[in-house]
Parts: sequence; C-alpha cells; structure tokens
Amino acid sequence: MKVAVLVKHVPDTETRIQVKPGDKKINEEGVTYIISPFDEFAMEEALLLRERLGDVQITAVALGPQKATEALRTCLALGADDAILVSDPAFEGADAYVTAKALAAALKGGNYDLILAGKQAVDDDAAYVGTAVAEFLDLPVINLVTKLEVNKAAGTAVAARDLDGYSQVIEVKLPAVFTAQKGLNNPRLPALMGIMKAKKKEIRTLNAQALGLAPNELGAEGAKVEVKEMFVPSKARKNKVLTGAPAETAPELVKLLAEEAKVL
Amino acid sequence: MPNNPMDYYLIDEMFSADERAVRDTVRKFVDREVKPIIGEAWLKGEFPMPLIPKMAELGLFGSTLPEEYGGAGLSPIAYGLMMQELERGDSGLRSFASVQSSLSMFAIYKFGTEEQRRRWLPQMTAGKVIGCYGLTEPDAGSDPGAMITRARKTDKGWVLSGVKRWITNGTLAGVAVVWAKDEDGQIQGFLVEKGQPGFTTKDMKTKVSMRASITSELYLDGVEVPEASRLPGVKGLGSALSCLTEARYGIAWGVVGAAMDCLKEAIDYTATRTVFGQPLAAKQLTQERLTDMLARVVGGQLLAARLGQIKAAGKLTYAHVSLAKRENVRRSLEVARMDRELLGANGITTEYNAIRHMVNLETVDTYEGAYEVHSLIVGRDLTGQAAF
Repeated sequence: MKVAVLVKHVPDTETRIQVKPGDKKINEEGVTYIISPFDEFAMEEALLLRERLGDVQITAVALGPQKATEALRTCLALGADDAILVSDPAFEGADAYVTAKALAAALKGGNYDLILAGKQAVDDDAAYVGTAVAEFLDLPVINLVTKLEVNKAAGTAVAARDLDGYSQVIEVKLPAVFTAQKGLNNPRLPALMGIMKAKKKEIRTLNAQALGLAPNELGAEGAKVEVKEMFVPSKARKNKVLTGAPAETAPELVKLLAEEAKVL
Repeated sequence: MPNNPMDYYLIDEMFSADERAVRDTVRKFVDREVKPIIGEAWLKGEFPMPLIPKMAELGLFGSTLPEEYGGAGLSPIAYGLMMQELERGDSGLRSFASVQSSLSMFAIYKFGTEEQRRRWLPQMTAGKVIGCYGLTEPDAGSDPGAMITRARKTDKGWVLSGVKRWITNGTLAGVAVVWAKDEDGQIQGFLVEKGQPGFTTKDMKTKVSMRASITSELYLDGVEVPEASRLPGVKGLGSALSCLTEARYGIAWGVVGAAMDCLKEAIDYTATRTVFGQPLAAKQLTQERLTDMLARVVGGQLLAARLGQIKAAGKLTYAHVSLAKRENVRRSLEVARMDRELLGANGITTEYNAIRHMVNLETVDTYEGAYEVHSLIVGRDLTGQAAF
C-alpha cells in the first residue's frame, strides 16, 4: 500500500508571534519551526498502519520554503520512506487554495491508497488543505478522524469521528483522504537511529514547472483570498475570576494557564 | 525579540541538522517523561525504572557505537547534546546513560573480543542488560592504581577478590566491568555476571545527593571467572582511565544542561515573584545574578561545543577533557546555587529544580575525577611536573 502524509512546517506553538507594522506575514526572525501537531497525528497513523499491515510505503509531502525540508527530515527520521518538497519562490503569497492545488498536483499519479493530513495547521488554522486536496484529486474525504482501520483485501477503510455529543463510524472505498484529529494516536519521537538513517533518504523537490502549474495559478495571483491586514492585538489587562467549587474551577484554571497565559 | 537565554550566543548554528534533531528528540523526551516525575523519584531515592525501556527505544544507550552493535554512530557533538538534555532532567539520569554507554559498553567495545561484543552490546543497547563499572574502591578513589582488588590466575581462569564502592547501577547491573590487579601488579578488566557465585551487591542508602541514581557496593568473594570473561585488549590502568575520558567528555556537556535548567527556572521565577511591589526581575541584585548565571551557561556551552569539535577531529587529549569537566561542573554548580538563592524558600523544595540540581552537582564535582584531580592533570600538562 502507498500512503502519503501531508505535513506543514509551522512556528513552534510556544513562539510569541510578532508582526512588523504594515507586514502581512509574521516576523520569522528567531522563530523555531515544528511539524504542525495535527500533522504529527497523521504521520504517526501512517507508521501504525505499516506496523499493522506490513507492506506500507510512506511518502511525506510538504509545501514551503527550503527550510520546510526540516519537517520532512523529521518524517524520514520517524520512518517515512521518501519525501517530496513542493517549493518555488512563485508560491510566495499563496493561500490555502493554491497550496492544496499544488499539493494535489504533486500527489497526482502517485497511486496513493491513503492520503493523511492534520485537520488544520496550527499557524493559519485555515482547516482547508486536506479537504481541498481531496476535491482536486476527486477523492472522498473524511475529516476529524479519531480512529482508522484499513481493510487491505477489501480496499476499504473505516474511520471514526468524535462529534459534539455523539460519534460516527464511516466506511469509505480507497483511495481516500483523511484528516487527523487529536485522540487518533500518541505520536512517537524520532529515535536516534532513525535520525541518522534519514540523512541517507531522498527528498525530491518539485517546483511549479515540474507540477505543470501556470504562473497565474501560483502565489498571490492564484489565490482566492487576500490578507488585508495582520497585527498582534494590543492586550488590555484582563482579570478573570473563576467562581464555583474548587473541583470545577481547578481544571478550568489549569486550562487557562496552559492555553491563554501559556505558562504551563 | 529578546535573545533566547538557552542559546544566547546562537551556538545552535555550530551544530548540524541531525545533531540538532538528536538534541530535540532527547529534549522532548525529558520534558514529557522525566520532568513530571523526577522530583518525586529523587525524594524517594529511586531511579525511575520505567524510563529504561523508553530510553532504549529512542536509542540513547551506546548511541555512538557502529550500527552493527545496535548504535546509531552519533557524532561526539550529538552525543554531548544528548547528555546535556538528559542532565537538564537530572544528573542521575545522565549518570545512568554515562555508565551504560561511555563506561560499560565502551569498555566492552574497545577492549572486548568480538564474541564479548556480540554477546553483550546489542542487549545493552536495548536496555535489557544494564552495565556497571567497578573501578573505585573504599580506599582507592582519586588514586585508582592503589586498588586492592586482586585477580589470581588459575588453571580454569581467574579468581577475583575485593570490594568496589560508589558504583552507579551496581545492583541493577546484569554485567559488571571489574578492574583488578593480577599477580604481576598489572591491572586487568573482567566481565562479571550477576548471580555468579561469590558476587554480591548492595545499595548505598544514605546519600543526600544524586538520589535518583542507584549507587552500590560490589563484593567479590573469590569469584571464579573463565579466561573468556577477561577483556583481552586492556593494557593496564591507562585502559581503565580511557573509559573515564569518554564519560568525562559527556559530563562536560551534561552539567551545562543542569545549569540551563536552573537559569530558565530563575528567569521564570523572578519574572513573576513580586517583592516590595515589583517583580524580583526588576531589581538590580537579581539582574546581576541572572547575568552571572548566563555568563557561566554561555561559557559552558562554548567550551563543550569546542570540545566536541576537537573530539570529532581526533585531536582530543584527556587534559582537554579534564579542563572542561573541571570548569563546567564547578560553574554549573555555582549557577545552581544562585538559582537556589533567587528562589528563596521555594528553592529548597523539590517542587522546583534548584536544590535537586545543586546537590546533584556536588557529586558531579567530585566523581569522575574530583575538581582537584583535574587541576593536577591539567597542571602536569602545563608544567611537565606531576604533582599528585
């Protein structure tokens, strides 16, 4: 079986994002990058599929600047067999639509049985690419997957989704696209041996020309949406008082400290 | 954006992508698996055993060895960064890895037969067999040549008698590298297996430092071992000391991790702790102390990084390692003491890291060549005069 995993290189979630006045992108100076955490679930699922099914070829795919090879190198260290970087200066200013179109072009003809991606990237939170890639490739998509089982012989997969107050189990004929939600698995860390072996694995770079995309399909020109303004909101001091029984307020406080104050 | 106190001099740029990747893996491992439990384990005086298979799975044991013995062929810098991150967790954790990899596995790899390597190294990489290193004795520490453990040659092999003390992982070990003097006064190395008749071990229970590390005594009461258990590549005391050079190299890196952890803790704590209506961090005394700490951390990082480059280039001498071990441990100990002070009363609890690192580093300052012994090693290198 062939599995493609889409990964995005995003600023570390602990980064304090800064935007220079007038800019429409974040200030990348001193920012460390990680694989978007939802994409880590997708990558881990591919590794688990291989452990369960045996013969599974894993290709990691990313779109981004040369720096994004680091995310692909991590996937190779985790056990991906090969990797593709979709990269071209012409993609500067691309939106999620262009990104999905380019990724779909890179995946086309690869005969992947499953395409796995995170449900959204944690930097722009567009939650668009996985679904749009499926659309460009004319494949079914199941979003927010928390459990995935593949029946190789039947050429089908069964995915579970946890929704608001209920769960759903969906069967789909492969090939198909799945986007990963928290809870799908518990991503492992790359082992030292894997890191060293990854140095010898290939990362293919595909530019716009290799993908057969015309200049007017790329970057800001091909984008369907335009960023008008970007800024870090000025924060007025906000005091929050939690009322209620300690058993209720304590978990809430921990959550706020972790997610809002980011001190945990 | 303010400079990152963990990498103030952008030393990251000196490392390759795979070296940084190794560091990141171990860093995440320590944050996820070690940080949440280490304070309690330390207080209880226990090594956190569930970490062993997890460390093995990540390939942290014997990681510099070639692939055929289960290693990853790591560069000296990658190995150093791994030790830095482990000691950011706890000196006891780094000690565990040092003894397993740089002392026990290195001795078997360097001085053992192919059969000994094949028998032990893959199992030790997998964490299924733990090793220990029996050199120090109750009355022979800084002067290991004064050891009284004896190896007597017999028709069947060798008979070992003596006591070893301060042996990390002694009671956990499935195999002990034991150093003993033969009847000609030559120092020989032997592999002694757990459960061999006459071989017993006992933990030392009164430590107030390095509490999350097991320290033991080994008793060898006429232990019979075959010739096949002798390490044939050993050439006297120098062989035993060459393993120490490997371990000390890792210590020079490791302690910088403990200092980094203390610096970060002090910066975070003083930013939020209010005194006389202001954060502690807004006080001149605090800022001077934080700068003192940073200077030591940056100095340690640079020394370790350069030591790694020299090692990779094959130009490393044991005196290079002595100077770095001596300096980095003492400076890191000072950083931990400053962290302890800045945290006030909170600094004496295991809810924070300061005092745990601080008293651990008191051990590290003494073991693997005491501060003073390294002064003498470097002093001899500078003057040509031995002053031991």
